[in-house]
Amino acid sequence: MIHRIPPGTRDVLPDEMRELRALSETLRHEFEAAGYGEVWTPALEYEEVLQRGDERLAGAGFRVLDAQGDLLQLRSDATIPIARMVSTRYEDAPVPLRFCYLAHAYRAHEAAGQPAEFLQAGIELMGLEAPAGDAEVVVLVIRALEAAGLRRHKLGIGDGDLYRTLLRELEVPEEERLPLLEQLARRNLVGVEMAIEKLGMSRAAHDLLVTLPTLRGGPEVLDRADGPVARAVDNLRGCYELLAEQGVADRVILDLGLLRELGYYTGAVFEVYDPAVGFALGGGGRYDDLLGRFGRALPACGVALDVQRLHLAQTAEEREGA
Amino acid sequence: MTPSEGLTIAVPRGALFGDTLDLLDRLGFDTDEVRSNARRLIFPELGIVTMRPSDVPTYVEHGAADLGITGKDVLLESPGREVYELVDLGYGRCTMVVAAPSGEDMLAEALRRLGRVRIATKYPGIATRHFASTGRQAEIVEVKGSVEIAPLTGLVDGIVDLTATGKTLAENHLEIREEIVVCTARLIANPVAHKLKAAQVDALVERMRG
Repeated sequence: MIHRIPPGTRDVLPDEMRELRALSETLRHEFEAAGYGEVWTPALEYEEVLQRGDERLAGAGFRVLDAQGDLLQLRSDATIPIARMVSTRYEDAPVPLRFCYLAHAYRAHEAAGQPAEFLQAGIELMGLEAPAGDAEVVVLVIRALEAAGLRRHKLGIGDGDLYRTLLRELEVPEEERLPLLEQLARRNLVGVEMAIEKLGMSRAAHDLLVTLPTLRGGPEVLDRADGPVARAVDNLRGCYELLAEQGVADRVILDLGLLRELGYYTGAVFEVYDPAVGFALGGGGRYDDLLGRFGRALPACGVALDVQRLHLAQTAEEREGA
Repeated sequence: MTPSEGLTIAVPRGALFGDTLDLLDRLGFDTDEVRSNARRLIFPELGIVTMRPSDVPTYVEHGAADLGITGKDVLLESPGREVYELVDLGYGRCTMVVAAPSGEDMLAEALRRLGRVRIATKYPGIATRHFASTGRQAEIVEVKGSVEIAPLTGLVDGIVDLTATGKTLAENHLEIREEIVVCTARLIANPVAHKLKAAQVDALVERMRG
């Protein structure tokens, strides 16, 4: 007899489960070996607590009322609950703090077909500034994916604040900035270009605004973006140099058009790719303001990998490699 | 994302088909075989797959094609797609319009007396957003076939549809009441292919813009 399950959820049966378990054990082992201790936090949190972390993201969650009538929410990522945990349980602990997790997160989507429940394997590094912290996290993710059997994965690095900074520095009127950023977030480069045309900027400013989101590749892209965005570009260059020292430069794509949807990123943002899969396998970034909102201000960054998508990439690489 | 070093492009059969193949011919890909009904055609640097226009964003979003050519109307109809919109190719120019029977303004009449209009369309997403954003209540009726006959039969007060010349509308005694948006062909890309095959993608974009 067939009984319904909520859209975007699914059962995992033993054959698949064994593979998912092996994969997540490999990741956890790599994270633990690098000093990232595993934590669990509740799947349910008070909504007001999650909202403190990111108001926009909190809206994407499933809400539940508890017996007292308090509004709870299923976590929509693990970073905000861990930030909450750190401010409460590690109030005076020496830094840096390193944590890893394997946890389901939940998002209520409008569109059909997207998972409402998904398993994330991730790391958080708190108390280490850019670029050293960014580089540590990136290297660990690249190594963990190698341990998981991926051979062709790449990690994109951008700056979540780059375009905002550029618009401010070029003195684009405040009310024009948001629509432009929205087009960019929707990956609509045609829309970005049309919005820029309307601004009537100088040729140089116009070209920089149009070109910047399409600059991606090796360190040469950093030379093409200077002037108003020099600070962000310096950060990326610093991070890239550390990655090159660690021998993972060939795994890295510098991407000045990279944007992540979460509102709490303040610096570098990451996205993980494999040519076998058409979706990003995970992502993350630097969130230097988030912990302060919970009472212990620390620079921090992290990455979350989607275990099911990773499994897909692992299987596809295995098939193509055979 | 498609595995090979080359790119795969999804090409829509339908209204944009001819202009799209002309474009590919100009870039040096001889599309004769596709014109005479082949579904797929492989060159060393470019694989061409043809499909129903509304399927193009689906193939590209999932990475079964790295690039695709599709109308802005298709993109607007399903706005949540995770694809890059790279280039306005300029051809296939059409306008999304609200049209109603000529003569007496049935839309205004329905709004005034019944508080809402009934609209038939193949684009329920665009139609719903257009009426919502202009503060009017509309009952959107989705039809798959010829939308133009829906008002004639009394099913609806008006339609939302794409028109190039307005000829079909006129033949069915419909006139344009509002223009919603101008739509042209767009080049779209899978986000992962856009990063991992950046050089190939940019080279093709450059040639298409040229």
